Amino acid sequence: MYNETVMKEFASPQNVGAMPDANGVGQAGNESCGDVMKIYIKVVDDVIVETSFLTFGCAAAIATSSMATTMIKGKTIAEALKLTNKQVVKKLDGLPAQKIHCSVMAEEAVQAAINDYKSKVKKSN
Amino acid sequence: MNKSNQQKLQRVYLDHSATTPLDPTVLATMLPYFGDTFGNADSVHYFGRQAAAAVDTARRTIASLIGAKHSEIFFTSGGTEANNWVIKRVPYAKQDKGNHIIVAAIEHPSIISATKQMEDDGYKVTYVPVDSKGIVDPDTIQKAITDKTVLISVMLANNEIGSIQPVAEIAKIAKKHGIAMHSDAIQAIGSVEVNVGKLGVDFLTLSAHKIYGPKGIGCLYIRGGQKIGKFIVGGHQERTYRGGTTNVPGIVGFAKALEIAVRDMEKNSTKLAELRDYFVSEILKRIEHITYNGHPTKRLPHNTNFTFDFVEGESLIMSLDLDGIACSSGSACSSGSLTPSHVILAIGVPEEKAQGSIRFSLGKSTTKTQLDYTIDKIVKRVDKLREMSPLFKQFTDGKKLI
Ligand code: FES
Repeated sequence: MYNETVMKEFASPQNVGAMPDANGVGQAGNESCGDVMKIYIKVVDDVIVETSFLTFGCAAAIATSSMATTMIKGKTIAEALKLTNKQVVKKLDGLPAQKIHCSVMAEEAVQAAINDYKSKVKKSN
Repeated sequence: MNKSNQQKLQRVYLDHSATTPLDPTVLATMLPYFGDTFGNADSVHYFGRQAAAAVDTARRTIASLIGAKHSEIFFTSGGTEANNWVIKRVPYAKQDKGNHIIVAAIEHPSIISATKQMEDDGYKVTYVPVDSKGIVDPDTIQKAITDKTVLISVMLANNEIGSIQPVAEIAKIAKKHGIAMHSDAIQAIGSVEVNVGKLGVDFLTLSAHKIYGPKGIGCLYIRGGQKIGKFIVGGHQERTYRGGTTNVPGIVGFAKALEIAVRDMEKNSTKLAELRDYFVSEILKRIEHITYNGHPTKRLPHNTNFTFDFVEGESLIMSLDLDGIACSSGSACSSGSLTPSHVILAIGVPEEKAQGSIRFSLGKSTTKTQLDYTIDKIVKRVDKLREMSPLFKQFTDGKKLI
């Protein structure tokens, strides 16, 4: 059911773990399956220099977490905000139809993390 | 993963409740019927007669192994068809009496999906609950009966948690009220005694591929005199009750598989239960935050089912698959669905935990070495997934505060 790219990403996911010195943390959940994804970012001068994730979810959710956190690394927050689940799915060479919703969590968690960072910056200004 | 890695990977199959490998003896019995003895069992000529004779012998074998008459065995394409047949066509044949069906909440999807369709068609269905060990209480069946009840269906053993149901007791209640009684014995056969007389059922479902027989063949036992509408119509096969060209190799293989299953039942069950108990005790010893689902003793000898807290089921199955271990989240038929297993929910596991329920079902070829390898891998994979789990972090962070 999963293609090789997804299985590879799932077998050795990148950026796993909480990030104690993150300055942006975003969480997304999926009501239909009860799964949760948390994405951590460290932003320096508007650039995301470090990313990580914690995910409770299926293999597709773990693969998308890994891929999404890799994709936004080195991007400016403006660029990263444009990340869509479709782009992540494309990078994974596709997901089974019933697993597309898992990738939506990644898009939402990235956006939530960036918004969290922005709100923190605002407060400290 | 490179080629050499793939070659080294040892494969451990622990999903025997999903399906079993074909026994070589069974295969050998079937082969002639794919070859020279290929006739259509309905043909009057030599080829047909040979096929018909083989089917007749197989039917008699199967009947005698479950205490039935050969005229009471009706071959189907498998368990799903037989279960659908009962649920959809017994109430139809008894519509003068009423429109109420009682089934256990933990029935297989081939029952539950059929009863849902019956509800759409205006029938009333009661899904009787089970206790926390997954056993139906005959009293709750008794209480669910109305004067409109026409059919009760309770499986002999559950496919996900292996709990063995008091079918004989329930059948007695059904009989007292003149209600037809069906039991799906697909998972039970080969592990516990299945005798239609002792069970007192009117209908019973069997399937070959769970007992090292071929896929695509099963049967419905219909007690003589019981009324049931026809489900699949066509030719005159199965005494006009089930149309479709007779699956001769399948039927011959089914009979052989059942013969072996019944012959070796004691021996296999004892060995499997021993291995199973070892596996379970090791897992419970080495992994925290875990529940062993199902009944401790009223249980199929090869079944285990655990809920691993803070771990999502599919990701654990896929992780173990990377180690060459095959297991499942209960019903293979319901994988791909997002909702947790209805069986696991029925025994009271909360929804957020139910996602982490995994079934390991042992089989004839399972060894202690395989289990030791599996135990090790489960411990490692659960650890790894928990490290990745925001829910586990929340839990451990919470603990630190205390
Ligand atoms: S994240 Fe829930 S099914 Fe994929």
